[in-house]
Amino acid sequence: MKASEFSDAFEEARQEKGIGKMNDQNDPVTMVLRHKEVRKCAHNWKTFQSGAEPGRIVIPSEVNIRDTRQIPFEVDPPMHKTFRDIVDPWFKRPLEADYQNGLTKIIEGVVAKALNSNSIEIVSEFSLPLQSRALTYLLNTPYSDADLWISWGTHVFRSEDSDLDAGKANILYDYIDKEIDRAIENPSEDLYSMLLASEVNGKKLTKEEVKGVIILTFSGGRDTVINAVTNSISYFAEHPKSLEIIKEKPEMINNAVEELVRYFSPLTQMGRVVTEDTHVCEHAVKADTRISLCWASANRDEKVFENPNEVVLDRKINPHVGFGFSHHNCLGATHARQILRILLSILSKEVTSIEVLEAKENIENLDNFERKIGFDSLTVKFNK
Amino acid sequence: MAKITFITSDNESVTVEGTSGSVMELAVNNNIKGIDGDCGGVCSCATCHVYVAPDSVAKTGEASELENDMLEFDDLTNEYSRLSCQLQVSEDLDGVIFKVAK
Repeated sequence: MKASEFSDAFEEARQEKGIGKMNDQNDPVTMVLRHKEVRKCAHNWKTFQSGAEPGRIVIPSEVNIRDTRQIPFEVDPPMHKTFRDIVDPWFKRPLEADYQNGLTKIIEGVVAKALNSNSIEIVSEFSLPLQSRALTYLLNTPYSDADLWISWGTHVFRSEDSDLDAGKANILYDYIDKEIDRAIENPSEDLYSMLLASEVNGKKLTKEEVKGVIILTFSGGRDTVINAVTNSISYFAEHPKSLEIIKEKPEMINNAVEELVRYFSPLTQMGRVVTEDTHVCEHAVKADTRISLCWASANRDEKVFENPNEVVLDRKINPHVGFGFSHHNCLGATHARQILRILLSILSKEVTSIEVLEAKENIENLDNFERKIGFDSLTVKFNK
Repeated sequence: MAKITFITSDNESVTVEGTSGSVMELAVNNNIKGIDGDCGGVCSCATCHVYVAPDSVAKTGEASELENDMLEFDDLTNEYSRLSCQLQVSEDLDGVIFKVAK
């Protein structure tokens, strides 16, 4: 099988039952698999809540490694909107031309280094530096901060030994605590200072609330962006004509980015805690259990997408849920989209072909399902 | 050439002219407040939600099934809701008024 082929792990369960089951640290999950049902549950925040015990809606659950509530992600309406209104203008800045110019310089640097190497390992030497440096831009912090974040590796909570590495999480928390104290002492133009100056219902955000937003910013856009970038590189390596077509028709970059996000679905699922006995896809779910909104399955739903298991780079209508759906749609989506759009533009202009030299798949084990989510390593050669 | 009017949530009225592309693109290119068009027009993000003025409905036509599916789970949806990325600018839309949902 080709490195860039990602099969649909949920096809049979989605068609036959509409749900899947998995056990996550003795807190089982009913996975919702169909596109319409996923969107319906995502919209129904009263029955399927996000404001549960911090860490519980994430799968695997992070209840045992954190107490800080991630904001606005783990807050339900109407309070969710209050927080979202504070952060949205900041996270929409990637729509501005100046922002895009700055991001372009960062990505050009990463691509130039790859072009000058005989071979490059994409996860750690391309995607991780790209994501980390782009994050300095999003936070409006010094470019050099990225060096420290790069040293942390591809996931802020997960390590090679463990899906939930408390030691690693504490490194991030200590770092963020210090950065918040720094911003209190010396306010600047960064996200920390903006948050510290913001008010909710007439009260300044607490340090804990600021920390909750920053943890979300670090963890939400880390492995997701890294996987999206790495997987896209695998696709272009194995479909060299695609880069030529994009070069000839740059207007299709937008469609291509949305399609790559749909196909690769960098985040498999997100959980919700059930607040009352109810059902999904005619299957009963009990209060205080968890469901998951399985974006990856919804994005391959054959009832919505023609040829769902093919990358159709110029797919015109593409109602994918790769960035989630409804109130809690991805806060970093605008930034992630710009990263991918700029990356595709630069690759199509600068790179003629990419050769895969070695690929080690990263398979997510979800009890009854095994899903390829990206690569542990992907070594390639870029040709000018 | 079509003259299209957007009324933003703070009741500012802006009339712009266009010949091609989608209504969302026209709005984004003219910095109409409340229309982001994050997904670039593939019917995925619903950040280009508008209400068609009742007497303009005949000019815009009906939403497709997929567009309605997207709007179905939006709290701000009403019978005049459309995703502006799914509306093509043409002479047919001359004089149409859209109220921005967000």
